[in-house]
Amino acid sequence: MTLLFHIAAIVLVVVIIGVYLSWRAGRLDRLHARVDAARTALDLALVRRSSSAYELASSGLLDPATSLLLADAVSRTKDGDRPRDLAESDLTRALRATFSQPEFRSSLKADDGARELVAEVDAAAHQVFLARKFYNDVAARTNDARRRPLVRLLRLAGNAPQPAFFEMDDALAGE
Amino acid sequence: MRIGIACPYSWDVPGGVQSHIRDLAEALLELGHEVSVIAPADEDRPVPGYVVPAGKAMPVPYNGSVARLAFGPLSLNRVRRWLKDGSFDVLHVHEPAVPSLSLLACWVAAGPIVATMHTAMPRSRVMLAASAALRTAIEKIDGRIAVSEAARTTLVEHLGGDAVLIPNGVATRRFRDGDPLPGWPGEGGAIGFLGRMDEPRKGLSVLLEAFEVLAPQRPALRLLIAGPGDADDARERVSAPHRDRVHLLGEVTEEDKNRVLHSVDVFCSPNTGGESFGIVTAEAMAAGAAIVASDLEAFRMVLRGGAAGDLFANGDAADLARVASALLDDPARRAQLSVAALDAVREYDWSVVARDVVSVYETVVSGRTAVGVAP
Repeated sequence: MTLLFHIAAIVLVVVIIGVYLSWRAGRLDRLHARVDAARTALDLALVRRSSSAYELASSGLLDPATSLLLADAVSRTKDGDRPRDLAESDLTRALRATFSQPEFRSSLKADDGARELVAEVDAAAHQVFLARKFYNDVAARTNDARRRPLVRLLRLAGNAPQPAFFEMDDALAGE
Repeated sequence: MRIGIACPYSWDVPGGVQSHIRDLAEALLELGHEVSVIAPADEDRPVPGYVVPAGKAMPVPYNGSVARLAFGPLSLNRVRRWLKDGSFDVLHVHEPAVPSLSLLACWVAAGPIVATMHTAMPRSRVMLAASAALRTAIEKIDGRIAVSEAARTTLVEHLGGDAVLIPNGVATRRFRDGDPLPGWPGEGGAIGFLGRMDEPRKGLSVLLEAFEVLAPQRPALRLLIAGPGDADDARERVSAPHRDRVHLLGEVTEEDKNRVLHSVDVFCSPNTGGESFGIVTAEAMAAGAAIVASDLEAFRMVLRGGAAGDLFANGDAADLARVASALLDDPARRAQLSVAALDAVREYDWSVVARDVVSVYETVVSGRTAVGVAP
Protein backbone atom coordinates (compact mmCIF):
# COMPACT_ATOMS: atom_id res chain seq x y z
CA MET A 1 0.00 0.00 0.00
CA THR A 2 2.85 2.32 0.79
CA LEU A 3 4.22 1.78 -2.73
CA LEU A 4 0.93 2.73 -4.32
CA PHE A 5 0.78 5.80 -2.17
CA HIS A 6 4.23 6.80 -3.21
CA ILE A 7 3.45 6.30 -6.89
CA ALA A 8 0.28 8.33 -6.57
CA ALA A 9 2.18 11.10 -4.79
CA ILE A 10 4.85 11.23 -7.50
CA VAL A 11 2.26 11.30 -10.27
CA LEU A 12 0.43 14.11 -8.48
CA VAL A 13 3.61 16.12 -8.15
CA VAL A 14 4.45 15.56 -11.81
CA VAL A 15 0.96 16.62 -12.82
CA ILE A 16 1.16 19.75 -10.69
CA ILE A 17 4.54 20.61 -12.15
CA GLY A 18 3.19 19.94 -15.62
CA VAL A 19 0.22 22.21 -15.10
CA TYR A 20 2.45 24.92 -13.71
CA LEU A 21 4.88 24.74 -16.62
CA SER A 22 2.04 24.76 -19.05
CA TRP A 23 0.67 27.84 -17.39
CA ARG A 24 4.06 29.57 -17.56
CA ALA A 25 4.47 28.67 -21.24
CA GLY A 26 0.96 29.90 -21.94
CA ARG A 27 1.65 33.17 -20.22
CA LEU A 28 4.78 33.60 -22.29
CA ASP A 29 2.81 32.82 -25.42
CA ARG A 30 0.30 35.50 -24.58
CA LEU A 31 3.05 38.01 -23.96
CA HIS A 32 4.58 37.27 -27.35
CA ALA A 33 1.18 37.67 -28.95
CA ARG A 34 0.85 41.06 -27.24
CA VAL A 35 4.26 42.05 -28.56
CA ASP A 36 3.16 41.21 -32.08
CA ALA A 37 -0.04 43.17 -31.68
CA ALA A 38 1.80 46.17 -30.24
CA ARG A 39 4.32 46.05 -33.04
CA THR A 40 1.56 46.01 -35.63
CA ALA A 41 -0.07 48.96 -33.93
CA LEU A 42 3.23 50.83 -33.99
CA ASP A 43 3.79 50.08 -37.67
CA LEU A 44 0.30 51.27 -38.49
CA ALA A 45 0.85 54.44 -36.49
CA LEU A 46 4.08 55.13 -38.36
CA VAL A 47 2.39 54.58 -41.70
CA ARG A 48 -0.47 56.86 -40.73
CA ARG A 49 1.97 59.55 -39.70
CA SER A 50 3.92 59.25 -42.96
CA SER A 51 0.85 59.43 -45.11
CA SER A 52 -0.67 62.38 -43.29
CA ALA A 53 2.67 64.21 -43.51
CA TYR A 54 2.72 63.44 -47.22
CA GLU A 55 -0.83 64.76 -47.65
CA LEU A 56 0.21 67.98 -46.00
CA ALA A 57 3.39 68.23 -48.09
CA SER A 58 1.70 67.65 -51.42
CA SER A 59 -1.37 69.76 -50.66
CA GLY A 60 0.27 72.93 -51.99
CA LEU A 61 -1.00 74.77 -48.92
CA LEU A 62 2.46 75.22 -47.41
CA ASP A 63 5.36 77.13 -48.93
CA PRO A 64 7.30 75.04 -51.47
CA ALA A 65 10.45 74.77 -49.34
CA THR A 66 8.59 73.27 -46.40
CA SER A 67 6.61 71.01 -48.74
CA LEU A 68 9.80 69.77 -50.33
CA LEU A 69 11.63 68.93 -47.15
CA LEU A 70 8.60 67.12 -45.71
CA ALA A 71 8.10 65.14 -48.90
CA ASP A 72 11.79 64.25 -48.90
CA ALA A 73 11.61 63.02 -45.30
CA VAL A 74 8.50 60.94 -46.02
CA SER A 75 10.01 59.33 -49.10
CA ARG A 76 13.06 58.34 -47.11
CA THR A 77 10.94 56.37 -44.67
CA LYS A 78 9.79 54.27 -47.60
CA ASP A 79 12.80 53.73 -49.79
CA GLY A 80 14.75 51.53 -47.38
CA ASP A 81 18.15 53.16 -47.85
CA ARG A 82 18.24 54.12 -44.21
CA PRO A 83 17.26 51.91 -41.24
CA ARG A 84 13.62 52.39 -40.27
CA ASP A 85 14.19 53.96 -36.88
CA LEU A 86 16.62 56.55 -38.28
CA ALA A 87 14.39 57.45 -41.22
CA GLU A 88 11.37 57.85 -38.93
CA SER A 89 13.43 59.97 -36.55
CA ASP A 90 14.40 62.18 -39.47
CA LEU A 91 10.72 62.58 -40.33
CA THR A 92 10.10 63.64 -36.73
CA ARG A 93 12.83 66.23 -37.05
CA ALA A 94 11.42 67.52 -40.33
CA LEU A 95 7.95 67.79 -38.77
CA ARG A 96 9.32 69.46 -35.68
CA ALA A 97 11.26 71.93 -37.81
CA THR A 98 8.13 72.68 -39.82
CA PHE A 99 5.80 73.12 -36.88
CA SER A 100 8.25 75.17 -34.85
CA GLN A 101 8.71 77.83 -37.53
CA PRO A 102 7.57 81.20 -36.16
CA GLU A 103 3.99 81.96 -37.16
CA PHE A 104 3.49 78.49 -38.63
CA ARG A 105 0.14 77.78 -37.03
CA SER A 106 -1.11 81.32 -37.21
CA SER A 107 -0.35 81.51 -40.91
CA LEU A 108 -2.57 78.54 -41.74
CA LYS A 109 -5.67 79.76 -43.46
CA ALA A 110 -8.95 78.68 -41.93
CA ASP A 111 -10.74 78.01 -45.18
CA ASP A 112 -8.52 75.81 -47.32
CA GLY A 113 -8.19 72.66 -45.22
CA ALA A 114 -4.64 73.34 -44.05
CA ARG A 115 -5.61 73.37 -40.40
CA GLU A 116 -7.31 70.00 -40.73
CA LEU A 117 -4.28 68.45 -42.42
CA VAL A 118 -1.97 69.77 -39.71
CA ALA A 119 -4.33 68.50 -37.00
CA GLU A 120 -4.26 65.07 -38.65
CA VAL A 121 -0.44 65.06 -38.57
CA ASP A 122 -0.48 66.14 -34.92
CA ALA A 123 -2.88 63.32 -34.06
CA ALA A 124 -0.89 60.74 -36.02
CA ALA A 125 2.37 61.84 -34.41
CA HIS A 126 0.84 61.55 -30.99
CA GLN A 127 -0.34 58.04 -31.85
CA VAL A 128 3.21 57.10 -32.80
CA PHE A 129 4.42 58.40 -29.47
CA LEU A 130 1.87 56.31 -27.55
CA ALA A 131 2.18 53.18 -29.69
CA ARG A 132 5.92 53.17 -29.28
CA LYS A 133 5.68 53.62 -25.53
CA PHE A 134 3.25 50.71 -25.25
CA TYR A 135 5.27 48.51 -27.57
CA ASN A 136 8.51 49.08 -25.64
CA ASP A 137 6.64 48.44 -22.42
CA VAL A 138 5.32 45.04 -23.48
CA ALA A 139 8.67 44.20 -25.09
CA ALA A 140 10.39 44.91 -21.78
CA ARG A 141 7.93 42.78 -19.83
CA THR A 142 8.32 39.94 -22.30
CA ASN A 143 12.09 40.09 -22.12
CA ASP A 144 11.91 39.98 -18.34
CA ALA A 145 9.70 36.92 -18.49
CA ARG A 146 12.05 35.22 -20.93
CA ARG A 147 15.02 35.79 -18.69
CA ARG A 148 13.66 33.77 -15.82
CA PRO A 149 15.84 30.74 -15.09
CA LEU A 150 13.11 28.20 -15.48
CA VAL A 151 12.09 29.62 -18.83
CA ARG A 152 15.62 29.55 -20.11
CA LEU A 153 16.34 26.09 -18.77
CA LEU A 154 13.31 24.50 -20.29
CA ARG A 155 13.20 26.72 -23.39
CA LEU A 156 9.60 27.62 -22.72
CA ALA A 157 9.78 30.51 -25.15
CA GLY A 158 10.07 28.10 -28.05
CA ASN A 159 10.87 29.68 -31.38
CA ALA A 160 9.48 33.09 -30.59
CA PRO A 161 12.07 35.77 -31.43
CA GLN A 162 13.29 38.05 -28.70
CA PRO A 163 11.49 41.39 -29.03
CA ALA A 164 13.78 44.36 -29.71
CA PHE A 165 13.11 47.84 -28.43
CA PHE A 166 12.14 50.40 -31.04
CA GLU A 167 14.17 53.51 -30.38
CA MET A 168 13.46 56.67 -32.28
CA ASP A 169 13.06 60.38 -31.83
CA ASP A 170 9.29 60.80 -31.79
CA ALA A 171 8.73 63.90 -29.71
CA LEU A 172 7.01 66.70 -31.54
CA ALA A 173 6.93 69.90 -29.48
CA GLY A 174 4.99 69.56 -26.31
CA GLU A 175 5.52 65.87 -25.73
CA MET B 1 21.66 96.89 -63.04
CA ARG B 2 19.91 96.24 -59.76
CA ILE B 3 20.62 92.60 -58.94
CA GLY B 4 18.94 90.55 -56.21
CA ILE B 5 20.76 87.35 -55.23
CA ALA B 6 19.22 84.59 -53.08
CA CYS B 7 21.46 82.35 -50.99
CA PRO B 8 19.93 79.17 -49.56
CA TYR B 9 22.56 78.42 -46.91
CA SER B 10 23.67 80.20 -43.76
CA TRP B 11 25.96 83.13 -44.51
CA ASP B 12 27.95 82.52 -41.32
CA VAL B 13 28.83 78.95 -42.21
CA PRO B 14 31.75 78.37 -44.60
CA GLY B 15 30.60 76.74 -47.80
CA GLY B 16 31.23 76.61 -51.53
CA VAL B 17 27.92 78.21 -52.48
CA GLN B 18 28.31 81.02 -49.94
CA SER B 19 31.89 81.78 -51.08
CA HIS B 20 30.77 81.79 -54.69
CA ILE B 21 27.95 84.25 -53.95
CA ARG B 22 30.22 86.49 -51.90
CA ASP B 23 32.85 86.63 -54.64
CA LEU B 24 30.23 87.14 -57.36
CA ALA B 25 28.50 89.92 -55.41
CA GLU B 26 31.77 91.75 -54.82
CA ALA B 27 32.81 91.39 -58.45
CA LEU B 28 29.43 92.74 -59.61
CA LEU B 29 29.73 95.67 -57.22
CA GLU B 30 33.13 96.42 -58.68
CA LEU B 31 31.62 96.43 -62.15
CA GLY B 32 29.30 99.16 -60.91
CA HIS B 33 26.06 97.23 -60.37
CA GLU B 34 23.83 97.42 -57.32
CA VAL B 35 23.67 94.13 -55.49
CA SER B 36 21.61 92.81 -52.61
CA VAL B 37 22.03 89.28 -51.24
CA ILE B 38 19.36 87.69 -49.08
CA ALA B 39 20.71 84.88 -46.93
CA PRO B 40 19.94 83.17 -43.65
CA ALA B 41 22.15 84.77 -41.04
CA ASP B 42 22.31 85.11 -37.30
CA GLU B 43 21.31 88.63 -36.22
CA ASP B 44 24.29 88.88 -33.92
CA ARG B 45 26.95 88.25 -36.51
CA PRO B 46 28.14 91.12 -38.68
CA VAL B 47 27.50 90.75 -42.39
CA PRO B 48 28.74 92.81 -45.36
CA GLY B 49 26.60 95.79 -46.33
CA TYR B 50 25.13 94.06 -49.38
CA VAL B 51 23.69 91.16 -47.35
CA VAL B 52 20.12 91.24 -46.02
CA PRO B 53 19.85 88.70 -43.19
CA ALA B 54 16.72 86.55 -43.32
CA GLY B 55 16.84 85.04 -39.86
CA LYS B 56 18.66 82.02 -38.54
CA ALA B 57 18.76 78.88 -40.62
CA MET B 58 17.45 75.72 -39.01
CA PRO B 59 19.20 72.36 -39.22
CA VAL B 60 16.95 69.80 -40.90
CA PRO B 61 17.49 66.45 -42.54
CA TYR B 62 17.46 66.83 -46.31
CA ASN B 63 18.75 64.70 -49.13
CA GLY B 64 20.57 62.33 -46.80
CA SER B 65 22.36 64.79 -44.55
CA VAL B 66 21.64 67.67 -42.22
CA ALA B 67 21.41 71.08 -43.86
CA ARG B 68 20.86 74.51 -42.34
CA LEU B 69 17.96 75.98 -44.32
CA ALA B 70 15.44 78.81 -44.11
CA PHE B 71 11.77 78.00 -44.79
CA GLY B 72 8.31 78.62 -43.35
CA PRO B 73 5.99 81.64 -43.24
CA LEU B 74 8.43 84.06 -41.64
CA SER B 75 11.15 83.37 -44.20
CA LEU B 76 8.56 83.65 -46.95
CA ASN B 77 7.51 87.10 -45.70
CA ARG B 78 11.09 88.25 -45.48
CA VAL B 79 11.68 87.19 -49.08
CA ARG B 80 8.53 89.02 -50.19
CA ARG B 81 9.58 92.18 -48.41
CA TRP B 82 13.10 91.97 -49.85
CA LEU B 83 11.72 91.67 -53.39
CA LYS B 84 9.25 94.50 -52.87
CA ASP B 85 11.89 96.82 -51.44
CA GLY B 86 14.54 95.80 -53.94
CA SER B 87 12.93 96.62 -57.30
CA PHE B 88 15.53 94.40 -58.90
CA ASP B 89 16.04 94.18 -62.63
CA VAL B 90 16.86 90.51 -62.23
CA LEU B 91 16.56 87.89 -59.49
CA HIS B 92 19.49 85.48 -59.32
CA VAL B 93 18.86 82.39 -57.20
CA HIS B 94 21.43 79.77 -56.24
CA GLU B 95 20.54 76.11 -55.78
CA PRO B 96 16.79 76.64 -56.20
CA ALA B 97 16.13 72.92 -55.81
CA VAL B 98 17.14 73.09 -52.13
CA PRO B 99 14.20 73.78 -49.78
CA SER B 100 15.27 77.26 -48.71
CA LEU B 101 15.26 80.96 -49.63
CA SER B 102 16.10 80.47 -53.30
CA LEU B 103 13.09 78.25 -53.87
CA LEU B 104 10.86 80.65 -51.95
CA ALA B 105 12.14 83.57 -54.02
CA CYS B 106 11.35 81.73 -57.27
CA TRP B 107 7.87 81.04 -55.99
CA VAL B 108 6.88 84.57 -55.06
CA ALA B 109 8.77 86.55 -57.65
CA ALA B 110 7.29 87.88 -60.88
CA GLY B 111 9.90 88.91 -63.41
CA PRO B 112 13.22 87.79 -64.89
CA ILE B 113 14.87 84.98 -62.91
CA VAL B 114 18.32 83.44 -63.38
CA ALA B 115 19.33 80.31 -61.46
CA THR B 116 22.76 78.83 -60.79
CA MET B 117 23.03 75.11 -60.04
CA HIS B 118 26.08 74.21 -58.03
CA THR B 119 25.59 70.54 -57.32
CA ALA B 120 24.62 67.60 -59.43
CA MET B 121 21.57 66.28 -57.63
CA PRO B 122 20.52 62.72 -58.31
CA ARG B 123 17.11 62.30 -59.88
CA SER B 124 14.47 62.35 -57.22
CA ARG B 125 10.84 61.47 -57.49
CA VAL B 126 10.43 63.58 -54.41
CA MET B 127 10.74 66.73 -56.45
CA LEU B 128 7.97 65.60 -58.74
CA ALA B 129 5.73 64.58 -55.88
CA ALA B 130 6.22 67.53 -53.57
CA SER B 131 3.51 69.58 -55.18
CA ALA B 132 2.80 71.58 -58.24
CA ALA B 133 3.99 74.70 -56.43
CA LEU B 134 7.54 73.41 -56.54
CA ARG B 135 7.41 72.65 -60.22
CA THR B 136 5.83 76.01 -61.02
CA ALA B 137 8.54 77.79 -59.09
CA ILE B 138 11.33 75.97 -60.94
CA GLU B 139 9.62 76.51 -64.30
CA LYS B 140 9.68 80.27 -63.76
CA ILE B 141 13.43 80.31 -64.21
CA ASP B 142 14.34 82.08 -67.43
CA GLY B 143 18.06 81.46 -67.63
CA ARG B 144 20.05 78.62 -66.11
CA ILE B 145 23.73 78.59 -65.22
CA ALA B 146 25.68 75.52 -64.13
CA VAL B 147 29.09 75.74 -62.48
CA SER B 148 30.25 72.34 -63.63
CA GLU B 149 29.54 69.90 -66.41
CA ALA B 150 28.16 67.43 -63.88
CA ALA B 151 25.69 70.00 -62.58
CA ARG B 152 24.70 70.92 -66.10
CA THR B 153 24.02 67.32 -67.12
CA THR B 154 21.80 66.68 -64.12
CA LEU B 155 19.91 69.85 -64.83
CA VAL B 156 19.30 68.84 -68.41
CA GLU B 157 18.13 65.36 -67.44
CA HIS B 158 16.12 66.57 -64.50
CA LEU B 159 14.25 69.55 -65.78
CA GLY B 160 14.80 69.46 -69.49
CA GLY B 161 16.12 72.48 -71.32
CA ASP B 162 19.73 73.50 -71.06
CA ALA B 163 22.14 75.59 -69.04
CA VAL B 164 25.15 77.71 -69.83
CA LEU B 165 28.36 76.56 -68.18
CA ILE B 166 30.06 79.32 -66.20
CA PRO B 167 32.58 77.82 -63.79
CA ASN B 168 33.42 79.25 -60.39
CA GLY B 169 35.74 82.19 -60.64
CA VAL B 170 39.04 82.57 -58.86
CA ALA B 171 39.58 85.46 -56.48
CA THR B 172 43.04 86.05 -57.86
CA ARG B 173 43.71 89.18 -55.86
CA ARG B 174 43.33 87.23 -52.66
CA PHE B 175 46.10 84.82 -53.59
CA ARG B 176 48.65 87.06 -55.21
CA ASP B 177 50.54 87.82 -52.03
CA GLY B 178 51.15 85.65 -49.03
CA ASP B 179 53.74 85.00 -46.36
CA PRO B 180 55.32 81.57 -46.36
CA LEU B 181 54.85 79.54 -43.21
CA PRO B 182 57.86 79.84 -40.89
CA GLY B 183 60.70 77.58 -41.98
CA TRP B 184 59.28 77.01 -45.45
CA PRO B 185 60.16 76.26 -48.20
CA GLY B 186 63.46 75.45 -46.54
CA GLU B 187 66.85 74.66 -48.04
CA GLY B 188 66.09 71.21 -49.39
CA GLY B 189 63.06 72.10 -51.46
CA ALA B 190 59.35 71.70 -50.79
CA ILE B 191 56.42 70.28 -52.73
CA GLY B 192 52.87 71.23 -51.78
CA PHE B 193 49.46 69.51 -52.05
CA LEU B 194 45.98 70.82 -51.18
CA GLY B 195 42.92 68.64 -51.13
CA ARG B 196 41.12 65.67 -49.67
CA MET B 197 43.70 63.15 -48.56
CA ASP B 198 41.31 60.19 -48.67
CA GLU B 199 39.74 60.78 -52.02
CA PRO B 200 41.60 58.67 -54.57
CA ARG B 201 40.81 60.99 -57.45
CA LYS B 202 42.66 63.82 -55.79
CA GLY B 203 45.79 61.79 -56.43
CA LEU B 204 47.68 62.09 -53.15
CA SER B 205 48.82 58.48 -53.49
CA VAL B 206 50.58 59.29 -56.76
CA LEU B 207 52.46 62.13 -55.10
CA LEU B 208 53.41 59.97 -52.14
CA GLU B 209 54.72 57.28 -54.46
CA ALA B 210 56.76 59.85 -56.33
CA PHE B 211 58.10 61.10 -53.03
CA GLU B 212 59.40 57.61 -52.25
CA VAL B 213 61.51 57.94 -55.40
CA LEU B 214 62.66 61.51 -54.74
CA ALA B 215 63.31 61.26 -51.01
CA PRO B 216 66.45 59.12 -51.13
CA GLN B 217 67.96 61.39 -53.82
CA ARG B 218 67.09 64.58 -51.96
CA PRO B 219 67.70 64.22 -48.23
CA ALA B 220 66.18 67.59 -47.29
CA LEU B 221 63.16 67.59 -49.58
CA ARG B 222 59.85 67.96 -47.74
CA LEU B 223 56.16 67.62 -48.53
CA LEU B 224 53.60 70.11 -47.24
CA ILE B 225 50.06 68.75 -47.31
CA ALA B 226 46.84 70.46 -46.22
CA GLY B 227 43.25 69.33 -46.44
CA PRO B 228 40.62 67.15 -44.82
CA GLY B 229 41.16 63.46 -44.22
CA ASP B 230 42.78 60.97 -41.91
CA ALA B 231 46.30 62.26 -41.22
CA ASP B 232 47.47 59.06 -39.57
CA ASP B 233 46.29 57.02 -42.48
CA ALA B 234 48.14 59.29 -44.89
CA ARG B 235 51.30 59.11 -42.83
CA GLU B 236 51.16 55.31 -42.90
CA ARG B 237 51.30 55.44 -46.67
CA VAL B 238 54.83 56.87 -46.50
CA SER B 239 57.68 54.51 -45.71
CA ALA B 240 59.13 54.94 -42.22
CA PRO B 241 62.50 56.57 -43.03
CA HIS B 242 60.85 59.45 -44.89
CA ARG B 243 57.82 59.97 -42.71
CA ASP B 244 59.19 62.92 -40.78
CA ARG B 245 59.60 64.87 -43.99
CA VAL B 246 55.90 64.73 -44.77
CA HIS B 247 54.04 67.53 -42.98
CA LEU B 248 50.27 67.17 -42.66
CA LEU B 249 48.39 70.31 -41.66
CA GLY B 250 44.85 68.96 -41.84
CA GLU B 251 42.08 71.39 -42.73
CA VAL B 252 43.24 74.99 -42.83
CA THR B 253 41.65 78.43 -43.04
CA GLU B 254 41.50 80.28 -46.36
CA GLU B 255 44.34 82.48 -45.20
CA ASP B 256 46.57 79.56 -44.29
CA LYS B 257 45.70 77.86 -47.55
CA ASN B 258 47.15 80.87 -49.29
CA ARG B 259 50.25 80.72 -47.10
CA VAL B 260 50.73 77.06 -48.03
CA LEU B 261 50.70 78.06 -51.69
CA HIS B 262 53.46 80.56 -50.97
CA SER B 263 55.46 78.13 -48.82
CA VAL B 264 56.51 75.66 -51.47
CA ASP B 265 58.87 75.57 -54.44
CA VAL B 266 56.60 73.33 -56.47
CA PHE B 267 52.85 72.86 -56.17
CA CYS B 268 51.52 69.49 -57.24
CA SER B 269 48.07 68.70 -58.69
CA PRO B 270 48.23 64.92 -59.11
CA ASN B 271 44.48 64.50 -59.67
CA THR B 272 43.62 61.32 -61.53
CA GLY B 273 40.16 62.38 -62.63
CA GLY B 274 36.89 64.12 -61.89
CA GLU B 275 38.13 67.65 -62.34
CA SER B 276 35.93 69.77 -64.55
CA PHE B 277 37.99 72.84 -63.86
CA GLY B 278 40.45 72.47 -60.99
CA ILE B 279 39.79 75.42 -58.74
CA VAL B 280 42.63 74.49 -56.41
CA THR B 281 45.07 74.49 -59.29
CA ALA B 282 43.73 77.85 -60.42
CA GLU B 283 44.24 79.26 -56.94
CA ALA B 284 47.80 77.96 -56.97
CA MET B 285 48.28 79.76 -60.28
CA ALA B 286 46.91 82.94 -58.73
CA ALA B 287 49.53 82.59 -56.01
CA GLY B 288 52.23 82.36 -58.64
CA ALA B 289 53.22 78.82 -57.71
CA ALA B 290 55.31 76.69 -60.05
CA ILE B 291 52.91 73.89 -60.84
CA VAL B 292 53.31 70.24 -61.76
CA ALA B 293 49.96 68.75 -62.75
CA SER B 294 48.65 65.53 -64.25
CA ASP B 295 47.79 65.85 -67.91
CA LEU B 296 44.01 65.82 -67.48
CA GLU B 297 42.11 67.81 -70.11
CA ALA B 298 41.05 70.36 -67.52
CA PHE B 299 44.62 71.01 -66.42
CA ARG B 300 45.99 71.01 -69.94
CA MET B 301 43.48 73.73 -70.76
CA VAL B 302 44.02 75.85 -67.66
CA LEU B 303 47.82 75.55 -67.85
CA ARG B 304 47.88 76.54 -71.52
CA GLY B 305 49.12 73.17 -72.75
CA GLY B 306 52.13 73.16 -70.43
CA ALA B 307 53.21 76.78 -70.82
CA ALA B 308 51.90 77.84 -67.42
CA GLY B 309 52.77 74.64 -65.57
CA ASP B 310 54.55 71.33 -66.20
CA LEU B 311 52.40 68.31 -66.99
CA PHE B 312 53.12 64.66 -66.17
CA ALA B 313 51.46 61.44 -67.34
CA ASN B 314 48.33 60.95 -65.27
CA GLY B 315 48.78 58.32 -62.56
CA ASP B 316 52.45 57.74 -63.37
CA ALA B 317 54.40 58.34 -60.16
CA ALA B 318 57.76 57.81 -61.88
CA ASP B 319 56.94 60.47 -64.44
CA LEU B 320 55.83 62.83 -61.71
CA ALA B 321 59.09 62.25 -59.89
CA ARG B 322 61.02 63.01 -63.05
CA VAL B 323 59.17 66.22 -63.85
CA ALA B 324 59.18 67.46 -60.26
CA SER B 325 62.87 66.69 -59.94
CA ALA B 326 63.71 68.70 -63.04
CA LEU B 327 61.65 71.61 -61.82
CA LEU B 328 63.16 71.56 -58.33
CA ASP B 329 66.60 71.88 -59.91
CA ASP B 330 65.63 74.73 -62.23
CA PRO B 331 64.81 78.00 -60.44
CA ALA B 332 64.72 79.90 -63.71
CA ARG B 333 62.02 77.63 -65.10
CA ARG B 334 60.06 77.95 -61.85
CA ALA B 335 60.12 81.73 -62.14
CA GLN B 336 59.06 81.49 -65.76
CA LEU B 337 56.14 79.19 -64.93
CA SER B 338 55.11 81.46 -62.09
CA VAL B 339 54.81 84.49 -64.36
CA ALA B 340 53.00 82.47 -67.00
CA ALA B 341 50.56 81.08 -64.44
CA LEU B 342 49.73 84.52 -63.05
CA ASP B 343 48.98 85.65 -66.56
CA ALA B 344 46.96 82.56 -67.55
CA VAL B 345 44.73 82.64 -64.50
CA ARG B 346 43.52 86.16 -65.22
CA GLU B 347 40.86 84.86 -67.58
CA TYR B 348 39.32 82.87 -64.73
CA ASP B 349 39.27 85.79 -62.39
CA TRP B 350 35.93 86.74 -60.88
CA SER B 351 35.88 90.01 -62.77
CA VAL B 352 35.76 88.05 -66.03
CA VAL B 353 33.31 85.45 -64.73
CA ALA B 354 31.04 88.19 -63.41
CA ARG B 355 30.90 89.74 -66.88
CA ASP B 356 29.76 86.38 -68.27
CA VAL B 357 27.06 86.27 -65.63
CA VAL B 358 25.96 89.79 -66.49
CA SER B 359 25.54 88.70 -70.12
CA VAL B 360 23.10 86.07 -68.91
CA TYR B 361 21.25 88.72 -66.91
CA GLU B 362 21.06 91.01 -69.92
CA THR B 363 19.70 88.27 -72.16
CA VAL B 364 16.99 87.40 -69.70
CA VAL B 365 16.06 90.97 -68.82
CA SER B 366 15.82 92.36 -72.32
CA GLY B 367 12.42 93.87 -72.94
CA ARG B 368 10.97 93.00 -69.55
CA THR B 369 9.88 94.93 -66.48
CA ALA B 370 11.56 94.78 -63.10
CA VAL B 371 11.12 91.93 -60.62
CA GLY B 372 8.08 92.25 -58.40
CA VAL B 373 6.07 90.06 -56.11
CA ALA B 374 3.44 87.75 -57.59
CA PRO B 375 -0.03 88.48 -56.20
